[in-house]
Amino acid sequence: MPTMNMLQAINNALDIAMAEDEKVLCFGEDVGIFGGVFRATSHLQEKYGRARCFNTPLVEQGIIGFANGLAAQGSVPVAEIQFADYIFPAFDQIVNETAKFRYRSGDLFNVGGLTIRAPYGGGISGGLYHSQSPEAYFAHTPGLKVVIPRNPYQAKGLLLSAIRDPDPVLFFEPKRLYRASTGEVPEEDYQLPIGEAEVTREGSDITVLGWGAQMEVIERAVALAEKEGISCEVIDLRSILPWDEDTVAESVLKTGRLLITHEAPLTGGFAGEIAATIAERCFLYLESPISRVTGLDTPFPLTLEKEYLPDHLKIFEAIKACVAF
Amino acid sequence: MTSQQDIHTPEFLTGDEFSIPTFRLLKQDGSLFEGATAPELDRDQALRIYQAMVTTRVLDERMMAAQRQGRLSFYMQCTGEEAAVIGATAALEDADMIMAQYREQGALVYRGFTYDEFMNQLFGNELDYGKGRQMPIHYGSRKLHYMTISSPLATQIPQAAGYAYGQKLAGEGHCTITFFGEGAASEGDFHAALNMASVHEVPVIFFCRNNGYAISTPSIEQFAADGIAPRAYGYRMHVIRVDGNDILAVLAATRAARRIAVEHNKPVLIEAMTYRLAAHSSSDDPSGYRSKKEEEAWREKDPLLRMRLWLIAHEWWSEEQEKALQEELRREVLETMKRAEKRPPPPLDSLVTDVYADVTPALQRQLDRLKTHIRQYPDSYPRGASSLDPDVAVGDDAATEGDA
Repeated sequence: MPTMNMLQAINNALDIAMAEDEKVLCFGEDVGIFGGVFRATSHLQEKYGRARCFNTPLVEQGIIGFANGLAAQGSVPVAEIQFADYIFPAFDQIVNETAKFRYRSGDLFNVGGLTIRAPYGGGISGGLYHSQSPEAYFAHTPGLKVVIPRNPYQAKGLLLSAIRDPDPVLFFEPKRLYRASTGEVPEEDYQLPIGEAEVTREGSDITVLGWGAQMEVIERAVALAEKEGISCEVIDLRSILPWDEDTVAESVLKTGRLLITHEAPLTGGFAGEIAATIAERCFLYLESPISRVTGLDTPFPLTLEKEYLPDHLKIFEAIKACVAF
Repeated sequence: MTSQQDIHTPEFLTGDEFSIPTFRLLKQDGSLFEGATAPELDRDQALRIYQAMVTTRVLDERMMAAQRQGRLSFYMQCTGEEAAVIGATAALEDADMIMAQYREQGALVYRGFTYDEFMNQLFGNELDYGKGRQMPIHYGSRKLHYMTISSPLATQIPQAAGYAYGQKLAGEGHCTITFFGEGAASEGDFHAALNMASVHEVPVIFFCRNNGYAISTPSIEQFAADGIAPRAYGYRMHVIRVDGNDILAVLAATRAARRIAVEHNKPVLIEAMTYRLAAHSSSDDPSGYRSKKEEEAWREKDPLLRMRLWLIAHEWWSEEQEKALQEELRREVLETMKRAEKRPPPPLDSLVTDVYADVTPALQRQLDRLKTHIRQYPDSYPRGASSLDPDVAVGDDAATEGDA
């Protein structure tokens, strides 16, 4: 099985999708001959032509408006927003149009073919505007699906699912891992389920939950905790919307403790939603308050990035505090 | 590509260079301007167009009255803009896509949407294709290639560019027309759409209904330029300004635009100069921001009257036929309204369907909880309680009509 980094896995998924279905189109800023600023769309224009893989003008609301129209027409657009930080000019098109297309028309029309890809997250010295994690904004919008992969294998399988899913999907890619994360990825076509979390490590004392780039951070924290004799169960949520309540609740019923971590700020972050639901479903089984390890309630910093990020040491300390509660 | 021409003194252009003439064929008395040639139009199509205009006018008058009587929550009239909307629609193939703003019910009438279909939407009953989810006038029809209306302004404009790009790739010779007002043309989505359509050579017609007002804001406070049309220069796009109350000019201009779009894959901007004779909506009162005198001046330019005079001059129509048609339509509006009012609302389950292709487990749990609650207080939720156990399947109007 070949080894790929996350960009190669994403590129490979796009290649498979475009080869299989001529209705699949990839476009966005610098996506054409240049292959995107991160090279996720490398060689796709050469292979499939300028009509199916192309640069757009620099206008996010236009890119997503155009993509909505294409999807409504029956095409399968995969639109790239260069950085998740720049998705907000398209917010109206996404939350008022993409998300409501099927519902408002009584299913006469839909944009289920649409996938929006965007690199998200910190750890690359990107400061305020190349580091944000905007998943919670979109998780508040019924009609969207929000998916975040943790490694190359997941990225390929989840992206292929997203492209073929009957609903529009926002696919946030942890750009810190684009080249840093490598692993075995099958060359053939495969899909991973949307809406299902994955238990990546079984344990008995505490459930540690995250998604995307935080999964690697969680692994380091858990390694420290295990040395101290704490048995951790680790879950990758994978889909933020819809999210897999059952898998998380089942785990917490077993461990009695839950820690959730994300890079986005604490207030209004998706950890709050998970905490409320799990408190409701597992209240009598909880041994300690549900813990959140997140970014601070500030814009994303630059020189103090390391201090800001919810790193393995912060998670490790929070695990110990939960167990000692 | 930018021009290579140099100058060596700082001479500014001011924008005044871009002033645009108006294309007119038909005078208000129903005769042609000197030197004007009417577009090819046989009796059948001429009458189809005119009857659609009258059908729209009667629907609008009666439904606004129904709103005033408290039978309907909200309404918007196309009144005064029928020639712009129906003339443009008549210039298209029936399979071309229409992505409208909200005041274009005349396009649906022309394509054959029935009074029953209008009423089911207006009253949000169990037969509404939109399942009672949107305010009145948010129509949609897959079989008639009319995209369901969305309230946010201008969002349909870049979508039309994308839809048309898909049509170009499909290669079946179809195009998309998108309607919007001169107010909506101030939105960012308008500019994004025109630029993308030009760059990507898309078969789309951008049809601006410049009706003078965005709710209460007159166009003079909307833009400083000579209307919307000069913006096309900035995107190197074909553009024409047309008298929007002149059915023949609108028809001829839009037919030519369609040829440019479909045969050359070039977008076109049409600015139709017209006037919103009615209020913005049933919630608006124009007496606070414009004069009766101004309205009267435009009432004399009524597009229906102008076309009727032209038809009568051709001996294709008569005052007797007019009277009979109006009476028949008025009766039909009342009958269909009564039918639609009596129908129950969509079943409670439709609250959670179509959010996603399939109802998610979390949403199903929320619905189950809601049903339990409603059974506890059935008198407090009469509409919900009456449809807890539905047996009506809401129609998809495309089910038997093929693809969009």
